[in-house]
Amino acid sequence: MDFRLTEDQSALQSGIRAWCDGQLPHERLAELAKGDPFDAKLWSGLAEMGVFGLRAPESEGGVGLGLADAALVFAELGRRLVPGPVAWTHLAAGLVPGAASGETVVGGLDLAGALGEPHLVEHFGALDVLLVLRADSVERVDAKALAAEPVATPLDPLTPVAHVRSLPSGERVGGADLAARLRLEGAALVAALSLGIAEMAQELATAYAKEREQFGRAIGGFQSIKHMLADMFVRQEMARAAVWAAGATYDQDGVGDRARAIASARVVAGDAAMKNARACIQIYGGMGYTWEMPPHYYLKRAWVLSTCFGTSEEHEARLAEMLGA
Amino acid sequence: MDLRYSAADERFRAELRAWLADEVPKHGPPPPAHDWPARVAYDTGWQRKLFDAGYAGINWPKAYGGRELSATEQLVYYEETARAAAPYVGVNFVGLLHGGPTIVAEGSDEQKAKHLPRILRGEEVWCQGFSEPGAGSDLASLKTRAVRVGDEYVVTGHKIWCSFAHVGEFCELLVRTDPDAPKHRGISWLICPMHLPGIEIRPLPTLAGEGEFSEVFFNDVRVPVSARVGAENDGWRITNVTLRFERGTAFASEMINLQRVLGEIAALAKRVTRHDATAWDDAGLRRECGHLLAELDALWAMVKRSVSEAAQSGMPGLEGSAIKLYYTELFQRVSELGVRVLGRAGLARDDVAGLPSRQLIHRHLNSLSLTIAAGSSQIQRNIVGERILGLPKDR
Repeated sequence: MDFRLTEDQSALQSGIRAWCDGQLPHERLAELAKGDPFDAKLWSGLAEMGVFGLRAPESEGGVGLGLADAALVFAELGRRLVPGPVAWTHLAAGLVPGAASGETVVGGLDLAGALGEPHLVEHFGALDVLLVLRADSVERVDAKALAAEPVATPLDPLTPVAHVRSLPSGERVGGADLAARLRLEGAALVAALSLGIAEMAQELATAYAKEREQFGRAIGGFQSIKHMLADMFVRQEMARAAVWAAGATYDQDGVGDRARAIASARVVAGDAAMKNARACIQIYGGMGYTWEMPPHYYLKRAWVLSTCFGTSEEHEARLAEMLGA
Repeated sequence: MDLRYSAADERFRAELRAWLADEVPKHGPPPPAHDWPARVAYDTGWQRKLFDAGYAGINWPKAYGGRELSATEQLVYYEETARAAAPYVGVNFVGLLHGGPTIVAEGSDEQKAKHLPRILRGEEVWCQGFSEPGAGSDLASLKTRAVRVGDEYVVTGHKIWCSFAHVGEFCELLVRTDPDAPKHRGISWLICPMHLPGIEIRPLPTLAGEGEFSEVFFNDVRVPVSARVGAENDGWRITNVTLRFERGTAFASEMINLQRVLGEIAALAKRVTRHDATAWDDAGLRRECGHLLAELDALWAMVKRSVSEAAQSGMPGLEGSAIKLYYTELFQRVSELGVRVLGRAGLARDDVAGLPSRQLIHRHLNSLSLTIAAGSSQIQRNIVGERILGLPKDR
């Protein structure tokens, strides 16, 4: 056991971080939010970085890595709020031709959990294929042939949604086992994206607290602010431990219960993302309440993620069952 | 990110698990909290059994009777002792997890030879002499004075929150050896024998009614200079070594143990009736349990990260403050949940109606010290804010 990043993992992490930092500074996010946030050039860049085919076998043009590696990559995507249906397209690699290479843009609806209607599909306008997860099946629907009404004002300006009023049954691509696997892996990816949000919210707030002066000194010197930031750091590091453990437990035989590790990571990281994003707004003060400053994007994305692949309440209930078993 | 234990680790696990399965039931239940002679016998007796079986001092050097296990074998040790509900370190806490590790890191060869094997065999109980009435969170402002006279220090002062002082043979004692130096630079770390003339011990019962703590008064107590650990006036640095061990790994067994405790609370909730249902039928309570389990999983994963890092650096890192902060508040929430599940049975500190009130209430009341002792949560937040995040100091 050595629960540190390997050299390869550190290189993977720093590579994707450098790329995301270059592509998506906060000014760029603000620009994307003004139009359609799905950027085809960015998308093909993600594909070239191997984000979608990361876990597909090398024989199928993938990279052949594990969920632990994917979690590292998705935490970086979360840090920079990369727009697009990244988790669904990643999950679809190997199931939907063209997903691994990013040429087919895949979105989805998870109808197996507590949240069903209304059917709001993220990034609908960019989708080629819609995957529908039900308790006993996975279906694919041709998104281009599907009627949907774009919502004029989405919650997250970087995550447009469209309302699908009538969902036709699609082509069956798998049964209950596949649906369960995709929901589990999806929850792990959401946990990783949430970790990235928790981390960047903390970093933004810490940097701001070192610069912003009131009463003649940096506000980060006041214990009321310092202690909030310390709590943000603690939440972020516990979330990181849980997300890494979820990935490693999933990939490695005999180290623990996969469903439990992922549910725990999803609960802890989801909580960290929401709480850190809210605290970031608070520490920015009045500026945190403006559209111009980045903190609100983090809260809104955390909010979007909190509805994906099972709510925290569902995961908590699942964990309680394991505890009671 | 490899969570797989090696074949050697798993052999160690199997051997330890078999030993614990035999020995834990034989050692029996812990004696009542107020019966100190019985508690000392119980705790040191268990320590002796661990020593005889080769399970004492799992991370201590072999030269001093330790097992010198790898970091991963230590994790296996914590997991298995928690699983078997093995006796807690109890009165051996200061010696095994505080003073002992400090002597391992900073003590002279003579001090190591004199104390470490006896601590491991359960023959030497230690107590703590750090805090003072005027030096709590601001520990470095301590005033207990040690004046050097020949080859002795003459110690005068008043210590408080001295764990196990009434049963300890030796005290890890912080004294001021240079009153003129800046407060962090005039402190020394002494091993003070508790039988010396001039030491007065006054019990300080806790809100749990427990007798672990005392106030200790030192009146011209003559401690040999040879009992000083490290250089004169270097005690603050040495103290930080001690505290870092405490924050980093001293509570690891308790952390993994909490998972078992939460399972017991869930089992209790299933048999506690609420009108025509059980406490477990409440979806809110189940979700709360699920949330706590998620946090406990995250905490144990964090310990694995920290241990993996320390295995390379040889020293627990600053993240120990983050772990201590998270663990202590989590412990309190878990133990409070146990009390809430008891409902009205929790008005009795003795078991009533077949419910384990004594243990659950005792655990929760004791837990209230966790966020205060060993650097309060507020001090840990300062450490995280200033030393990890680089925020300006507030003083």
